[in-house]
Amino acid sequence: MLKKLCWMIIFAAILTSLSMEVTAQTQETTPAPAGVSPAVRHPDPGGVSTGNASDVPAAKVGEPTMAELVNAVGHNRVAINIMWTLIAGFLVMFMQPGFAMVEAGFTRAKNAVHTMAMNFMIYPLGMLGFYICGFAFMFGGLGPIATMGGYGGLDHEVIINLFGKEFGLFGGRGFFLSGSGYDVAVFALFLFQVVFMDTTATIPTGAMAERWKYLSFFIYGWFVGTVIYPIFGNWVWGGGWLSMLGKNFGLGHGHVDFAGSSVVHMTGGVIGLVGAWLVGPRDGKYNKDGSANPILGHNIPMAIIGTFILAFGWFGFNAGSTLAGADLRIGVVATNTMLASATGALAATLWMWIVRFKKPDPSMMANGMLAGLVAITAPCAFVNSIGACIIGLIAGLLVVEGALFIERKLKVDDPVGAIAVHGINGAWGCLALGLFADGTYGDGWNNVSGTVKGLFYGDPSQLLAQFIGITANFVYVGLISLIIFKLIDIFVGNRVDKDTEVEGLDVPEMGVPGYSGVHLDKAAETPISR
Amino acid sequence: MKKIEAIINPFNIKEVKNALTEIGVRRMTISKVGRFGSQKSHKEYYRADEYMIDVVEEFKIELIVTTDEMLDQVIETIGKTTKTGNVGDEEILVFPIEGVIQIRTGERARDAI
Repeated sequence: MLKKLCWMIIFAAILTSLSMEVTAQTQETTPAPAGVSPAVRHPDPGGVSTGNASDVPAAKVGEPTMAELVNAVGHNRVAINIMWTLIAGFLVMFMQPGFAMVEAGFTRAKNAVHTMAMNFMIYPLGMLGFYICGFAFMFGGLGPIATMGGYGGLDHEVIINLFGKEFGLFGGRGFFLSGSGYDVAVFALFLFQVVFMDTTATIPTGAMAERWKYLSFFIYGWFVGTVIYPIFGNWVWGGGWLSMLGKNFGLGHGHVDFAGSSVVHMTGGVIGLVGAWLVGPRDGKYNKDGSANPILGHNIPMAIIGTFILAFGWFGFNAGSTLAGADLRIGVVATNTMLASATGALAATLWMWIVRFKKPDPSMMANGMLAGLVAITAPCAFVNSIGACIIGLIAGLLVVEGALFIERKLKVDDPVGAIAVHGINGAWGCLALGLFADGTYGDGWNNVSGTVKGLFYGDPSQLLAQFIGITANFVYVGLISLIIFKLIDIFVGNRVDKDTEVEGLDVPEMGVPGYSGVHLDKAAETPISR
Repeated sequence: MKKIEAIINPFNIKEVKNALTEIGVRRMTISKVGRFGSQKSHKEYYRADEYMIDVVEEFKIELIVTTDEMLDQVIETIGKTTKTGNVGDEEILVFPIEGVIQIRTGERARDAI
């Protein structure tokens, strides 16, 4: 009874205070005149008068001079760009759980913790490596950060001279984000770029899942953020030699990769290819005659949700790559991105359903959507909507046939389709830019005047630059990851022993099963090689 | 005294259980089993690779009857509720029982159940 009374008193008190607020507001509907200092601001429920001359920083409040006004405009522009870049970076960070869910969903229950733990720890490992030296190697010679105020402290590129031209190899400013790296624009750029690097870094964990020794992965995690990723990244985004192919040799605008089909995805795919090839197929994957057995993923619903999370994060990935919220091309970029994801998913589904295997395989649906996204990543800013749809469509077909080629011809076991999704479609995305770029965007890209045009719009040399870019990626990333994986293999071994693999990596490697208290049919999960 | 064993389609188990309760069966053991060599085994594909679903999940019920009259009733009830007429229909097995011991009281044979 007393409790009820107390509640009634509280309720009455809230109602009274609310009604007083309402009367107070109705008495003051006249908007505040411009130039009134913020101290005497009236409530503005309609939002029409908030933000006026008095909000422009000025010596005399409410009456800014021309110089003060222009400064405020410039500051706001940079603020919009930095804010956009940061928010896009936060979205890309959220792709990490997407990858974790896709990869763990497509692998067996007995390896769920191990797969998740790789996807989890690559985030800190890669990030710290990138912080120590990766960022400096990649962006240390970038020059002025144009959209974020033009700070030019990242000004040291290591170059060699060949054929009388300069070839930028890697940068040398911004180690530990200190010295000339201690700048708001550099920090914002770092955040955005570190989540891109972590995307690359987490791709091989899928291709090599279910048999990769955790210690070997742990060591790899340091190399990917410090060396493998940043060097190629410098060549394309940091002012290195691939970006200068246009200026130096007249090949279009040099190798153009808007958001990372080659820099991020193909790099991850090639590391995954080399790693999965070296570490060998999972126990039971291949029969004596070379034919492949399926090893079913244990949580397809989780993989599907993970795919959607990735597609969501991709808006940050592509649209954020303008590094500028004031660059209104972001509308085109984001829309192209979603269109290609749709045609990619549709093409892969129909191809599996009608042409290949009579069922709309959900794992290939997910791969198809991701393939469309990977392929549109390089060209998203340079193509029109029809181009984006065609690029996604071809990606959806490529991912199915690519996955079959990798499994049946190369005999490389890739549990989640990472090589087909990121490697093959990363390359396709770069080539697609060289075909479909329609010349409406990219004036002055890589210091070449004029907009970016592909083969179908009159510039075949752009396609050649794209081809050189993906060839360089395959050769460089392939070689350096081969060396690194071989070295790790010599010192600690890349693969778990057979008993561990049969038992599942969760308990022997990580000390805890993914689904304690749940009966797992480990024998049924693993096919027998015939 | 006889023991009856039958493999039941998971989708029929509730119906069988209810029908047997109605004719007076008070206790039975129901377990999940994998049935190999069943008519229901078939081919499927995952990521374009073919595999066989050849262990089919079914339920096994086991119960004990004390009279021949009850035996006939149980067999008739199970047959009625599970019969599809397809070749995939399972058999009902009947075993003789050598003895029954009630653990709590140490009672033997017929009186024990």
